[in-house]
Amino acid sequence: MQSEPPAVEVAGLVKRYGAKVAVDGLDLVIARGSVTAVLGPNGAGKTTTIETCEGYRRPDAGTVRVLGLDPVTDSARLRPRIGVMLQSGGVYAGARAVEMLRHTAKLHAHPLDVDALVERLGLGSCGRTTYRRLSGGQQQRLALAMAVVGRPELVFLDEPTAGLDPQARRATWDLVRDLRRDGVTVVVTTHYMDEAEQLADAVAIVDGGRVIASGSPEELCRGGAESSLHFAGPAGLDLGSLVKVLPDGAAAVELSPGSYRVQAPMDPRLVATVTTWCADAGVLPEKLTVQRRSLEDVFLELTGRELRS
Amino acid sequence: MTTAEGTYSPAPGAAPIGRMLLAQTAFETKMLLRNGEQLLLTVIIPTVLLVLFSSVDVVSVTGPGNRVDFLAPGLLALAVMSTAFTGQAIATGFERRYGVLKRLGASPLPRWALLTAKTGCVLVTEALQVTLLSLIALALGWSPHGNPATVVALLVLGTAAFSGLGLLMAGTLRAEATLAGANLVFILLLLAGGVIVPLEKFPSAVRGALELLPISALSDGLRAVLQHGAGIPWSDLGTLAVWAVLGLAAAARFFRWE
Repeated sequence: MQSEPPAVEVAGLVKRYGAKVAVDGLDLVIARGSVTAVLGPNGAGKTTTIETCEGYRRPDAGTVRVLGLDPVTDSARLRPRIGVMLQSGGVYAGARAVEMLRHTAKLHAHPLDVDALVERLGLGSCGRTTYRRLSGGQQQRLALAMAVVGRPELVFLDEPTAGLDPQARRATWDLVRDLRRDGVTVVVTTHYMDEAEQLADAVAIVDGGRVIASGSPEELCRGGAESSLHFAGPAGLDLGSLVKVLPDGAAAVELSPGSYRVQAPMDPRLVATVTTWCADAGVLPEKLTVQRRSLEDVFLELTGRELRS
Repeated sequence: MTTAEGTYSPAPGAAPIGRMLLAQTAFETKMLLRNGEQLLLTVIIPTVLLVLFSSVDVVSVTGPGNRVDFLAPGLLALAVMSTAFTGQAIATGFERRYGVLKRLGASPLPRWALLTAKTGCVLVTEALQVTLLSLIALALGWSPHGNPATVVALLVLGTAAFSGLGLLMAGTLRAEATLAGANLVFILLLLAGGVIVPLEKFPSAVRGALELLPISALSDGLRAVLQHGAGIPWSDLGTLAVWAVLGLAAAARFFRWE
């Protein structure tokens, strides 16, 4: 049996708009059945990359294959198999939410049950209101519903929760989890850390038109710089004696009087070493915390910039 | 909230092309008929002009028969222009602006099918307009002449000419510019295209140029058949055919979907 091609395979993608290089040699492979977050600040090249996969843009260099097909030349075969949620718009200004969804369903051979989807995403409350008068959240949920109603194999969601309230974000996440459970591949662009950490099997961090790091959220947060342990105690402790008992390469500093940080590969033994040292010194460590790196830290280390710009 | 396992299992596929075409045509027509400004343009203005100028002696008409025998063909031409050109340009311009065309571009619906559906929507609307205007004109004492097949040929060719120009405008200009431009062109051609003011009233220097406009060719051709009972108005059909070829070719070449 021939092995299935990956859901998405991008190699050396370059896309320019005039003199501006939007995507600059981007490589990305997305496995079938996964949820992948493409993470990056505004202007990183996320949307351009996704829209090239959707067939909207022709690469200036490099290759793009989606479900093994060329999105431009095999567009007619690819389009029925993918679901697309644009960053904004996509709906007739005078259309009502449910009738727009029902119409989108009619373009597909085996659509989802529209009524069930309407109920699940709370679109029934939109009633007779036309699209241009819906709230931003309602417009987002309609666009999401339109992306999944055709029962696609692969769904591209471009910033699906931008500007949503926490409840609506959670509803979107729940739907993404159900899609994965049922074997749908989901590609989601976001500049929300927690969204990537909550949802994604794989994360690709994009900056300056390239993928600068990729892996599972756990892989990305492990490795690189060490995690850290913080505690508070009396000011002016002799940290030299602590460093002697710590593993090689570990560091301990007094960040401000009475506030200490130990940086080292973190494991239970290291915590015991620090507390034993405290006990020997007759110090009660207060506010003792161990911090793992978050994706936000990873991004900051890689780019020197805040992700949410 | 969760749903039963397997609810979202992939089952991709495009609907049969006939079903997509029918659904898209019906949906576009529904959107058009819901739009108040569009109805004003396509139904109310031609109807009001027909009733007003048939009963009040404001413009001096030419040719045989009642006033309505001169006016009805002109207003049928105006109805075609209002739907195929002005209405279609404005609607398509805003669909482009709001990403509707872009989103449909990622759906199973092929582009040619979208354009076919738009044409279908225009033809359905025109059928409603022609029926309504004809009934009103008949009530006002209209006695049409000529071969209905020739009339249909003129209407179809006029629709093709105006659709090409409307789509060219919608696909190249910003939506606001299309809105302003399409309305301006509508008013100018209404006044200077032989719709309610006979072209004989214009100085002969401009008249030659005005006769080459698609609206003049359509109103003149319809009047030749319906008012004068002429045979086939070849020169008007030829003018419309040239506009149709130029307009549709330019639209195909320059139309931008985003």
